[in-house]
Formats: sequence, structure tokens, C-alpha cells
Amino acid sequence: MEFRRFRGTDQYLTSSALESAVNCALALERPLLVRGEPGTGKTQLAEAIASGLGLRLIHWPVKSTTRAQDGLYVYDTVQRLYDSRFGEGDVKDIRRYIKYVPLGNAFAAPDRLVLLIDEIDKADLEFPNDLLHELDRMRFVVNETGDEIVARQRPVVVITSNAEKELPDAFLRRCVFHFIEFPDKELMARIVRVHHPDLERQLLDQAIKAFYAIRDTEGLRKRPSTSELIDWIAVLRRAGIASVELDAGTPFLGALLKREQDLIAFAEAANRGRRPRA
Amino acid sequence: MFVEFLYELRDRGVKVGPQEAMSIAQALRLGLHKGTLDGFYETARALCVHREQDLDAFDRAFAHHFRGVPDEAIALTEELMEWLQQPKSRRELTELEQQLLQRMDLDQVRQQMRERLAQQRQRHDRGNRWVGTAGTSPHGSGGTNLAGIKVGDAPGGRGALEVAGERHFKDLRSDVTLDTRQIEVALRRLRAFVREGAEEELDIEGTIDKTARNAGELELKLRPPRRSNLRVLLLLDVGGSMDPHADVCERLFSAARRATHFKELRTLYFHNCIYGRVYERASLMRGIDVLHLLQDCDPSWRLIVVGDALMSPWELQSAGSRWSWTEDSGAPGIAWLAHLAQHFPHSAWLNPEREISWYGTAEIIRRVFPMYRLTQDGLLEAVHHLMRGGARR
Ligand SMILES: Nc1ncnc2c1ncn2[C@@H]1O[C@H](COP(=O)(O)OP(=O)(O)OP(=O)(O)O)[C@@H](O)[C@H]1O
Ligand SMILES: [Mg+2]
Repeated sequence: MEFRRFRGTDQYLTSSALESAVNCALALERPLLVRGEPGTGKTQLAEAIASGLGLRLIHWPVKSTTRAQDGLYVYDTVQRLYDSRFGEGDVKDIRRYIKYVPLGNAFAAPDRLVLLIDEIDKADLEFPNDLLHELDRMRFVVNETGDEIVARQRPVVVITSNAEKELPDAFLRRCVFHFIEFPDKELMARIVRVHHPDLERQLLDQAIKAFYAIRDTEGLRKRPSTSELIDWIAVLRRAGIASVELDAGTPFLGALLKREQDLIAFAEAANRGRRPRA
Repeated sequence: MFVEFLYELRDRGVKVGPQEAMSIAQALRLGLHKGTLDGFYETARALCVHREQDLDAFDRAFAHHFRGVPDEAIALTEELMEWLQQPKSRRELTELEQQLLQRMDLDQVRQQMRERLAQQRQRHDRGNRWVGTAGTSPHGSGGTNLAGIKVGDAPGGRGALEVAGERHFKDLRSDVTLDTRQIEVALRRLRAFVREGAEEELDIEGTIDKTARNAGELELKLRPPRRSNLRVLLLLDVGGSMDPHADVCERLFSAARRATHFKELRTLYFHNCIYGRVYERASLMRGIDVLHLLQDCDPSWRLIVVGDALMSPWELQSAGSRWSWTEDSGAPGIAWLAHLAQHFPHSAWLNPEREISWYGTAEIIRRVFPMYRLTQDGLLEAVHHLMRGGARR
């Protein structure tokens, strides 16, 4: 069986290990579980896979109340009640009130697509196993109508999780796993270049140096991540700033440190003159 | 060679088994490793490692086994497949995997791989590492690997591998540590739901009722969703004799902190015994008056104390202790404990030590707090007790 290999895109930089993991998942038709610190490109990876393979992407952001069942379809009882009350539409046709949601959509789609189940760790403990069950079956019945939806092709499933919560063993065993490490300075420079192709070398170097030093500040509640760096550089450029030094007066620090306490922690560190290692 | 690698992974705590071996056999067959050792490393890692904590163990095992070892993919696949054919391994495979295995005809696999690897060699030659050439393998198809563990022994005979396998699985089963997931599962039972907050959920029963009363005119009834309103106070003994248990305490603490079904969780620390104060930091900094704490936390809070209840009797019976004797805490430790137990009718003491060492001070404390072991079973019992209305006073 042949399959199209994934090789990253010009918008998304991959490592060879990440490509191997993606290709394992594609070839073995297993879900790909990606873990890593916030901002390491977990969500973007799914988009890159979709665009790299020319497939449609369905994004399913998981919330704390999400249940696997809710991913298939919803039956809009309230709408139906209202319609029956106000005489709008054909209330006898239950199908009008059945709406497919991400997982259901992915199964119902005629073509293969990429299903991103984003931040699975947010949901209940039972969610991952329930989800696996639905994914393995590749079919479901709409109880209200008796319709059965059978997936024609297994979707490419990408699951992301922040490296915080333990996931059940049975679930982990089914997934191909990849941990995206936080990028080193060199890779970070290349990632920034993707987003700011015409950035001055000097500002790039200085911003990256400052960024890693700030990440090293002790006592931060939330260390800034790639997206914050990209945003910060955007702000600096819009303000016409061509050069940054790291001290208490560094411009637009709020773009990097979003919490009041973190700004204070950084200011304290800077004032103590004990500037963190650059 | 490869099977031995799997066992080494298991020895190092990476839980791999026939499922992983099966995936790797499939991956090799599909040529996902591109015929290179690097490719094999990446593929095996993606399939064997399921959590980042295991990556380092994988790396060390891999280096140990494969560095500088010129090997070939075909022999490895054969070895794997033969191992998988063993009843012991097969039993662990899912039905789907068993079917896949049956469909893999060894000769055919060998042929396919040879072709695939030849193609790949033409396409991108990454040196001659690891490209399969049949016949030169140190592991003949008869199936003994380098370490002398027999693979594919005659049926009925007890091959070394089988024996090794038995021993290993048994070890794994009797390994009853309390891992994070077990804690999470236990803590999940610690909840009590109430309906409060904004009315945002349709109450179907209520709607039907109201509509009926309203002579069939539809009248929707909304209600607030069910939310957990359980509050938990966690007091952790730190330092000294608790040091060996720091890991499991940390796991309990982080699982509790992540539990989304507590309305509120407060974690405070003490050393050996509780006197007038408990502390916000494990370093026993930022003291809080126990009496103030009791004002903040009404008796509906569930109190969980974690400690080995080991101290000198003197610490329990006299006011204050050696390390905080400058503090005037007034009453002896046991009186403070009794006061806490009195205030919180739902309370439990989790002890990381085995029952066998629950004597002396632990015996006294046991009369004040129901005491449970900090194991999976103990935790479940404690949670059960905390949820039961009746608590002993
Ligand atoms: N390898 C990469 N190539 C290009 N851009 C990247 C890469 N990694 C991260 N980025 C950029 O960093 C930002 C954050 O990425 P993304 O939102 O995918 O991270 P995440 O891991 O999903 O984070 P979170 O855990 O917060 O959801 C995006 O703007 C993305 O474009
Ligand atoms: Mg994301």
C-alpha cells in the first residue's frame, strides 16, 4: 500500500523525526498524538499536514465539558420546540434538526480529511478512551432517525495535548507519539523568518536573545512561547523599533509577558541587576 | 536482537509489548524507516514511546543495542514476526492485529522488503548502513538471536524467551505503585453536584410540566447546569521521614490540583505534626493560623491529611515542637489534630507507610483520624469514606 509522505511545508518547519512520526501515523492509519509546551506548533502541524497532503482540515477544539458522543452529532431539540411553537419549517423532519459536528462530519465526508482534536487533555478523564472507541468503529447511528453513517475512509487524526495531564494507557498505545521539543535558537530564528520573511538580521538576533533570556527568568507563571515572540516582533516592527536591549525598559514587554505578576517578576530580576543568562 | 531491545525497554520502564512489536513489523514492511538506521530509530521511537518521560530510556536502550551494530532490516522483521507468532505474544494482540499478522506471509514479506529497499537505495542512497542483504544475517531464519534467547522454539518446549516473558509480566503485575492516573481516577469519585449559576440548560421534564399546565402552549424551563461544589483541603507533611515519599505526595498534589471537579482546593504544608500553624509553601514559609484557616473553611470541606504520622511522642503531647519552639502555639499537637477532626466531619489521613509501622504516634493519630494507606486501594477507601455522610468524630 502506497501513501503520500508528509514533508512539511514552506510555512511549517519540521524535523526529520517529526516527519517520520507523521508518516508512521499516515501509513499505519493510527492517530498521531503530539505533545509539547504551548506554542511549539502542535495545532499548526495539523494544518501543515492538511495543506501538505492537499486535504481538508476539520478542527475540533476540546473543552472541559466535551464528551466523545458530542463530537458526532447534536439534536437541536430547542430549535425544534420553537419551530413547532411558532410554526416555522417542517418540524416532522427530524433530520433538519440533526447537525453533524467535527467527528461526525469527518466520518460523513466523502473524501479523506485531516481531523484535528485539539487539546485533548482539557476534557474529562474518560474522553480519550471513548474517543478511541468511536474512531475505531468509524461509524455511528443517529438514534433519533436510525440513520447509520459509515466512514468511507479513515480520517487522518491528529491529537494535541499540552504536556501536563496523564492520558490513559490504552489510548496512548493506539497512538503514534511525537513530542515537539521547544525550538533552539537556530530553529527559532528560522520559524520567525517564516512569519517575518523580510526582518532585519540585527533585530532578529537581538529579539531572540532577549526572548530566551526572559524565558529563563525565575518565578515566571507562564513562560513566553513562539507565538508571543512572533507577536512581539510584529509589534516592534510596527512601532519602527530597529534594535532592542534587554533591561527594565525593554519595549512592549507586555506582548511577551501577559501576566501582571510575570512583568513584576521580570522587573525585579532586571532591577536586581542579576540579569538572567542570555 | 530486536526482541531483546524490547525487553530492555521494558526493563527501563517503557511499557512495550507485542502491540508495539506488531506496529514496528508493519512499519518496517512498509519501508517507513527508509532502509536506514536513523529512519529505524525515528520509527521505533514514534511507535514504542508513548509519553515523553520515556524518551530518555528509549535513547539509552537504543544506544546500548544498536550503536555500531551493522544490522539488517529483513532479519529484524523476521525475528519480530516469529516472536509475534508465539502464543504468549499473540494473546496480547487485538483481534485486528492478529488478523494482520496472519495475512503477513513471511516469504512474501521478505520479497517485498528486498524490492522496496532496492528501490530506496537507488532513490536516495544514505550510505550502506542498514540496507537489507539476505543471507548474511547473524540471525538465521532458524531464529536464534545474538543474546542466545531462543525465538520460535518447538511447540511445547519452554523457550528461554517464554520463561523470560513470564517472569517479566509477573513483575509488572505485582508492581502496585500509585500512578497519577490511578490517583486521578480515585479523586474523580470525590465530588458532589449541585445546580447553581446561570440558567443555561434546558430542563426537559420541567418544560413538559410547565407546558402541560399552560394548556399546551410551549413554555421552556431552563435551569443551571450541574456543577461540582466540593471543596478540598489537603495538608501535606513534608521533610524528614517524609522525604522518601516525596514522589507519591507530589503526584497526589498535582493530580488534585488538576482535578477539574473540585470547586476549590487548598494545599498547605506542615512538618511532622500540626500545631498552631500550617504553611503555604513546602519550605514552611508563609505560615497561616490554623484558627484562621478554620474560619475560611467551613465543615463542608473535605480534609485530607497526608503524613507518616511518625514523630517523637513528645511532639504530639507537648505544645510546639523543637523546630518551631519560638512559636507560641498554645496547645499540644494532638489537641490541634483533634480540633481539626472535630471541625471537619469528613476527613481522612493518608499514610504512605505500610500498616505494619502504624504504631506509636501513628496509633494515637489513628484514633483521631480514620487512616488509610497511600496506595490505590487505600486512596479509594479514603475517598469512599470522605463521600459517606457519616463520619466518625
Ligand atoms: N515549526 C514551526 N514552523 C512554523 N511556525 C511555527 C512552528 N512552530 C510554531 N510555529 C508558530 O508558533 C505559533 C504557535 O503555534 P501553535 O498555535 O501551533 O502552537 P501550539 O503548540 O498549538 O500551542 P498551544 O499549546 O498554546 O495550543 C504559530 O504562530 C505557529 O505558526
Ligand atoms: Mg494549540
